[in-house]
Amino acid sequence: MQDNLQQSSYKDLEQKSKYTNMFLRWFLYFVLILFASYFIFPLYVMIVTSLKTMEEIRQGTLLTWPSSLNFDSWLVAWGGRGYGAGDTFLRPYFWNSIKMVVPAVFFSTFIGAMTGYVLTKWRFKGDQWVFLFLLFGCFIPFQAILLPMARTLGTLGISNSVVGLVLVHTVYGIPFTTLFFRNYYISVPTELVKAARIDGAGFFKIFFKILLPISAPIIVVTVIWQFTQIWNDFLFGSTFSFGEAAPIQVALNNMVLSSTSVKEYNVDMASAIIAGIPTLIVYVLAGKYFIRGLTSGAVKG
Amino acid sequence: MKTLKIEELSKNFGTTEVLRKINLEIDEGNFLVLLGPSGCGKSTLLNIIAGLETINEGNVFIDDYNVSKVEPKDRNIAMVFQSYALYPSMNVRENMIFGLKQAKTSKDKIAEQLEKVSTFLQVDKLLERKPSQLSGGQRQRVAIGRALVREPRIFLFDEPLSNLDAKLRVEMRREIKKLHQQLKTTVVYVTHDQTEAMSLGTKIAIMNHGVIQQNDTPENIYNKPSNTFVADFIGSPSMNLIKGKLIHNSNNICFIAEGSNLKVPINNYDFKEKSDLNNKELYFGIRPEHIYFKKLNEEDYDISLRADLSEYIGHEQIVTLDYSNQEILAKFPSNIKIELEKEMKLYFDLRHTSLFDLKTKERL
Repeated sequence: MQDNLQQSSYKDLEQKSKYTNMFLRWFLYFVLILFASYFIFPLYVMIVTSLKTMEEIRQGTLLTWPSSLNFDSWLVAWGGRGYGAGDTFLRPYFWNSIKMVVPAVFFSTFIGAMTGYVLTKWRFKGDQWVFLFLLFGCFIPFQAILLPMARTLGTLGISNSVVGLVLVHTVYGIPFTTLFFRNYYISVPTELVKAARIDGAGFFKIFFKILLPISAPIIVVTVIWQFTQIWNDFLFGSTFSFGEAAPIQVALNNMVLSSTSVKEYNVDMASAIIAGIPTLIVYVLAGKYFIRGLTSGAVKG
Repeated sequence: MKTLKIEELSKNFGTTEVLRKINLEIDEGNFLVLLGPSGCGKSTLLNIIAGLETINEGNVFIDDYNVSKVEPKDRNIAMVFQSYALYPSMNVRENMIFGLKQAKTSKDKIAEQLEKVSTFLQVDKLLERKPSQLSGGQRQRVAIGRALVREPRIFLFDEPLSNLDAKLRVEMRREIKKLHQQLKTTVVYVTHDQTEAMSLGTKIAIMNHGVIQQNDTPENIYNKPSNTFVADFIGSPSMNLIKGKLIHNSNNICFIAEGSNLKVPINNYDFKEKSDLNNKELYFGIRPEHIYFKKLNEEDYDISLRADLSEYIGHEQIVTLDYSNQEILAKFPSNIKIELEKEMKLYFDLRHTSLFDLKTKERL
């Protein structure tokens, strides 16, 4: 009798917890969907607007679906309307940005990897101080160095050029890339370096043959980070370049703000999306390594 | 000619003294184990022999040639690390021949060496695998193989077994011993495990606080520890050190423990110096395994002690005894029934005792 009572009450409890769990689960989904739509909403508006004609934009609301897929505004944003002066479009600036981003990402990543390698595997007196000062670079607000940097670029004769921007971004990327690589290499057993030294490998050989081949996760992290930073940068771009040498973010700004006639929302939206696509591509291609690389570091020997 | 000679070697890290005036010599074909607790400087000493650490004072000679300032790769040594340190991005073959390639060895010679060593170590089926696809024991073998292909004058091992589980450790220990028997190469081996040291070494150098405490054969280290540190470090459980003093009259030398009036005769003890022994304060050292339950030898000294505790560990038991308020341990076969809280008759094997000066802690 006692046992039976006990058993039935367990059954009740089991039933109850089942319902509670189910409710909580649906609630969780609800909240997640809510937040997801909140974040996706602006993107939806951008895409939809960029596909509409100006006529449609004036008549419909933000959310209405375009009557037909009309890519005209994308073509205008990318290649212009074809009439002479005053026609700003993204294509040349897009290539400016590519010419700036690729070398800047490459050099800052490479130098960061080297510095991280030295700071962890070839320790020297005062290396913590070097690292501390490098870290300091991560916290300096970039506005603070605009003037001295402008002077420096002027002295070097590379102001208002893509080369100048590459230099600026490389220099200001190094603190971050060094931090990434140092934290990664610190978990790589130093015995690897010792073994390689006994095997007769030198400073560069150990770096290129032993450490670099196992650095893929952190390279991906660094490249994504640097690519996003440099591609999306507006401050350095607008300060150290103008006119023909400007990167895409500056051109986008000029385009949207300087239109003399009616505001063409569809072209603006298309331009904004074009300016954002490369970073999106980088994330999609390498994103899964991003989290992995940020959290991991340990290398199984 | 000594294969390896270390002369008056000192090493500091900043203000911390890691090694102090180390002198060490190894003859060709010997297996020297550097044994000591963590932080005693044994790994630093090994790294110095390898050339991976710089020296503050003193010299290292390999085959009578001063290598103190020679690069690791030119010292004709090979090293096996605790974490194996196999290059993660290379497969077993590339790992093993990396050193030979750096040394610009001819292709034929490399192939020949690889073939010889990989069959010898039974890793010839694993050559295409990456280190991450190997088990602990296999990694260990590849790491040894990487050292072997270079045909070094001296092998350096840095705690190579401590990453393995207990069973595999015993297996690999035997393999290393076998390897040394077959190749007869000179070995310097660092460990903190006394069983490993005892079973592998032809010589053991026990270190503490950067100083070599005793450098001798395993037998002498076990039977004639040169100070209380060695006596305490070697053996499990370690040697009983009973505090007391000596009585020396005419032809008799006896030991009396503190707070006891029992005179233990030690006339046959091999004193280093037989003068000034009367009233000398000292430790009387006897190993738990040299306290017997039955009289085994004519000279065994019989004594009655109270048993307080018995710990069963399978093939034997460790019994805690009370010797005039000093706790001592004894090891008996586990089939003997011990009655606790009672006096029982035991026998000290006086041929295996050690006496240490109470102040200097050195062997008398």
